[in-house]
Amino acid sequence: MNWAVMIPLIIFLLSIFVVGFWSSRYIKSSNNFLQEYFLGSRELGGFILAMTMIATYGSASSFIGGPGVAYTQGLAWVLLAMAQVATGYFVLMILGKKFAIYARKYEAITLIDFLRKRYRSKGVAIFSAISIIIFLFSAMTAQWVGGARLIESLTGLNYTSALFIFAVAVLVYVVIGGFRAVALTDTIQGVVMVGGTLIILIGTIIAGGGISNIMSDLIAENPNLVSPFGHDGSLTPAYVSSFWILVGVGVVALPQVTVRAMSYKSSKAMHRALITGTIVVGFIMLGMHLIGVFARPILPGIEVGDSVMPLITLEVLPPWLAGIVLAAPMAAIMSTVDSLLLLVSSTVVKDVYLNYVKPTASDKQVKRITLGVTTLLGVLVFALALSPPDLLIWLNLFAFGGLEAAFIWPVIMGLYWSRGNKHGALASMVVGVGTYILIHTFSPNVFGVHTVVFPIILSFIAFVAVSLITKDQSISTENQVNA
Amino acid sequence: MANNQIDPNDPRFKIANREALIGVGLVLFNFIWWFGFAYGLGSRPVEEYSYIFGLPSWFFYSCVVGFLIMVVLVIVAVKGFFVEVPFEDEEEEEIQ
Repeated sequence: MNWAVMIPLIIFLLSIFVVGFWSSRYIKSSNNFLQEYFLGSRELGGFILAMTMIATYGSASSFIGGPGVAYTQGLAWVLLAMAQVATGYFVLMILGKKFAIYARKYEAITLIDFLRKRYRSKGVAIFSAISIIIFLFSAMTAQWVGGARLIESLTGLNYTSALFIFAVAVLVYVVIGGFRAVALTDTIQGVVMVGGTLIILIGTIIAGGGISNIMSDLIAENPNLVSPFGHDGSLTPAYVSSFWILVGVGVVALPQVTVRAMSYKSSKAMHRALITGTIVVGFIMLGMHLIGVFARPILPGIEVGDSVMPLITLEVLPPWLAGIVLAAPMAAIMSTVDSLLLLVSSTVVKDVYLNYVKPTASDKQVKRITLGVTTLLGVLVFALALSPPDLLIWLNLFAFGGLEAAFIWPVIMGLYWSRGNKHGALASMVVGVGTYILIHTFSPNVFGVHTVVFPIILSFIAFVAVSLITKDQSISTENQVNA
Repeated sequence: MANNQIDPNDPRFKIANREALIGVGLVLFNFIWWFGFAYGLGSRPVEEYSYIFGLPSWFFYSCVVGFLIMVVLVIVAVKGFFVEVPFEDEEEEEIQ
């Protein structure tokens, strides 16, 4: 075992535990357990908000899978990844103030709370809960596999032990600290990610003998690596552009992202997060994916894409520094996993148990069940991740697309179209998820675009058409009746 | 039910709607810039590429400059056009 690499990583893990314990004090002293545990009492400032959004979103796919694909595809994959710059500003500008105001009025703690109260429909709430549990479970499993692979490649432990260490580390601070711990550790992790990206990028450029040198090496190997069409010319403009929907604007509908738009303290915090978020997300995406491309001439012939990041770091940096910056991908994975875990747990406890199983549960019972469910979910994911699926990035993107197809129109139209009603929302979710699964299974990339594009278009049509046909139930009429 | 009614004419929503439109505008601009430079300059044969700071020009303008321009635009939009509003004021006021 390489101790020079391990010691900084262990220190990093310990400092994250400290945050977990510190946050658990807030939970003990809070008089609203659910609001504190799942939203940190809506007290997030601008910097923490920006970092927690990026850390949650910048997952294993951007730190492990993404650079791995960039290594194979060349600059075209960096181009594709840059669609994510849009998430830095778009999500907060669209959900922004309106979502925050609605969430407070509705006293919403989860995305499902918002949907249930906006559409007043049991069907919408239940269908949402099912989608979140199914899709986030697959996303979480993908992340755990990534985390375990990373520990495996660093320590030389076998996969199962690596997964075990990872699982225990995440579970401890999420279970005891809740959302506040997750947001704070996300911030530490976000800072580590930015610093790590910069250091690895510089190290890689130096090791490759400068950018010009790296580029001519790439052209010598295969000129397509520096074109926007991918190593075999198969990345078409239509396909690459369709990622703007999957990883750019569609992110607006991901529950782990929307829940953060409920948690900010003030519009000032939101404004600051907009600026910080754009800078940080753009920098990390550009840097991380470039590292993947630049690594190619330095370390030719890597077969498993997922191992490009750890290998290049160990190659170009001295061991102690590698240990510090390898905490970055580790941080990315942990900070995604922790949010997903919390979100699935809040779905089970708040949206299913408290709404439909036992609405009269006492605060003490809720607390016990929350901790129990969170732990149980962690153990379940651990079991699933034991026999890991091969292509991490695709599993992860499958979950992203499914959630986006389910939620994008109910969320956006719920905010901006008063005629939208529960029938429209339900139709849109069923059509979105249904067509997503069908297209994904039977004919991915119809007309050369990513699978997510058509389900999103079809679910939009379903939402509008069904809402217009069943206009009697619209929220604006109910408002007038009640006023 | 009354405590979670949303007033569609809340003046804060006018501000929020305008800011959402700014967001849509920025994304459209971002996409056009990104797409135009990437495929405008990148569609030539690789031997004819020109390079800036060692990077192919299509990549430099589309991804590097495009990112920096978006940062500037977001700062201008937020500092110049975004209005701070309180998120929870009406509970005390009890209007209607």
